[in-house]
Amino acid sequence: MTHPAGALQNWNIHALVNRYSMLTSSRPQVDHWRAFRDRVRDAGRDERANLLATASAQVRRDVLTMIERAGLGHVGGDFSVTDILVTLYAAVLSVEPAEPDWPDRDRLILSKGHSAAALYATLASCGYFPATELATFMAPLSALNGHPDRTKVPGVETNTGPLGHGLPVGVGTALAARLRGSSARTVVILGDGELQEGSNWEAAMYAAHQQLGSLTAVIDRNGLQQGARTEDTNALEPLADKWRSFGWTVAEVDGHDHAALADVFSASTPDRPTAVIAHTQKGHGVSFMTDRVEWHHRVPTGEELALARAELSR
Amino acid sequence: MIESTNLRPADRTMYDCRKAFADELATLARADERIVAVCNDSVSSSNLAAFRDEFPDRLVNVGIAEQNMVGVASGLANGGLLPFVCAAAPFLTGRALEQIKADIAYADRHVVLCGMSPGVAYGQLGPTHHSIEDLSWLRAIANLPIVVPADPTQTRAAMRWAVSTEGPSYLRIPRSPVPELFAPDTPLEPGRFVPLTDGDDVTLVAAGTLVWRAVEAASLLRIEGISARVLAAPFVEPLDEAAVIAAARETRGIVTVEEATVSGGLGAAVAGVAARYCPTRVRVLGIPGVFAPTGDVEFLLEHFGLTATGIADSARSVLADAGR
Repeated sequence: MTHPAGALQNWNIHALVNRYSMLTSSRPQVDHWRAFRDRVRDAGRDERANLLATASAQVRRDVLTMIERAGLGHVGGDFSVTDILVTLYAAVLSVEPAEPDWPDRDRLILSKGHSAAALYATLASCGYFPATELATFMAPLSALNGHPDRTKVPGVETNTGPLGHGLPVGVGTALAARLRGSSARTVVILGDGELQEGSNWEAAMYAAHQQLGSLTAVIDRNGLQQGARTEDTNALEPLADKWRSFGWTVAEVDGHDHAALADVFSASTPDRPTAVIAHTQKGHGVSFMTDRVEWHHRVPTGEELALARAELSR
Repeated sequence: MIESTNLRPADRTMYDCRKAFADELATLARADERIVAVCNDSVSSSNLAAFRDEFPDRLVNVGIAEQNMVGVASGLANGGLLPFVCAAAPFLTGRALEQIKADIAYADRHVVLCGMSPGVAYGQLGPTHHSIEDLSWLRAIANLPIVVPADPTQTRAAMRWAVSTEGPSYLRIPRSPVPELFAPDTPLEPGRFVPLTDGDDVTLVAAGTLVWRAVEAASLLRIEGISARVLAAPFVEPLDEAAVIAAARETRGIVTVEEATVSGGLGAAVAGVAARYCPTRVRVLGIPGVFAPTGDVEFLLEHFGLTATGIADSARSVLADAGR
């Protein structure tokens, strides 16, 4: 999953961003990712967790650099969802980064589109596009918009940003797979605050009604929304009971425990969609960002960056 | 040009285009197994019962949940299917506007959004059920062709066009009765108006259910020696800019006619092009910035001057302003 050191430093923004067309895959990085995925699959539980933790630290360092260069971003939510994304792409999903439109691929839909930086860094580590592109994050004419655009970034399944859009689209991809006789899975990652949008519950009802066992919703339960705690804004609890009452199988997991995440994603129920409530922390991985509401979209400054990098390099 | 004999009231049969829509959808689905229908409990109002009976697995009825309906359609397209989203136009476009923008148009999905019973077709059910804002809302969204068929033939042609063209589209399927205007092989070209009568005094640009009334208005004007050029606008987006510019140059004024609010629809589009390239007098007919009073369709169209007489009156008024 890691890419050559310095890939993000050796960049020429004008050479990279002067284009509108879709990015294309990086073969060497795809091979690298494939080898990494095989190692993860063959490893024992502890070793698997170590490998995934190393890859996650790299993604977090990339995200930090992207946000530093852009002067914008959502670092808190990026860091709460990083371990989930890395586990899915390295140990769970059946995807072909060199052939992003492969019809039988599993679908990963990032409904919390503001965590685009974490998604981009993860997709680049799989070789969907060269890691050097990460340096263009949010720069003029970059394919890497502040929220993901599927028409420009291979691996992005749908355009998100406004909240409450991912789960309905995921219900559609899961239905399409069943109608076409494909065993492809759909995984939708939702923010917890996002569950205040009613469209999610329209989709939750219908997924259960359709008995979509191939659908998994992962809730990045970091407890914070943009301005405050979810429970102080419009309380979500009892959250597991809500999903159960909508007809879903519910699993709860430590969203930063890679081995546990890999385990929970490998389980499913045939006739019921699964909601994985991943207990996470906003800003996880950097002590002074952890569980702090102001890091929803604060941009770290010089000293904070050095400190954060040091913690993520341990 | 079409034969005006089609429009003589005495031998005129009137059609609800939802029937042609249902027939064509089944025909298309027989030939293309990607096609699925997606609806919001609207099997009856969208006339999908026969489709459901023939293709039970290919009808996705999400219940009364329009945001989910449009999101699901986007996902179905992601999975290689070709969804026709069939729902009453006011709820499809109003309730799910952001899904139409983000999940369909911005995400560039080959999904056919079908707004059924648009305009004031729901009559006495009132402004909550009228879809007069849809053209304005959707014209503001990029990458979304808007097709407003005027009769059963054009409805079928619009559906075939939407299937054969990659990317999103919005079809506004009439319910208010209209006569058959076009021969079965009349071509439907994106961004092209269809000329119905020649004329060099005034131009009438009409869309959907009001096209035949514009043709009747032209007949009334002809009696008085006023020659009116009638252009049917099956595509409100992309607009036939060349035809608008030609009309602005070659006639002395333009009247636009649509079963929609006057802010932002066909009239606004035509006026914008004329103002930019060849300023002329443009009179925009439609629902003039009010919620409609109670009344059936005929009453409401009459109330807002959306009749042959009303259109002819506006044409005379434009010509008077132009100093006839």
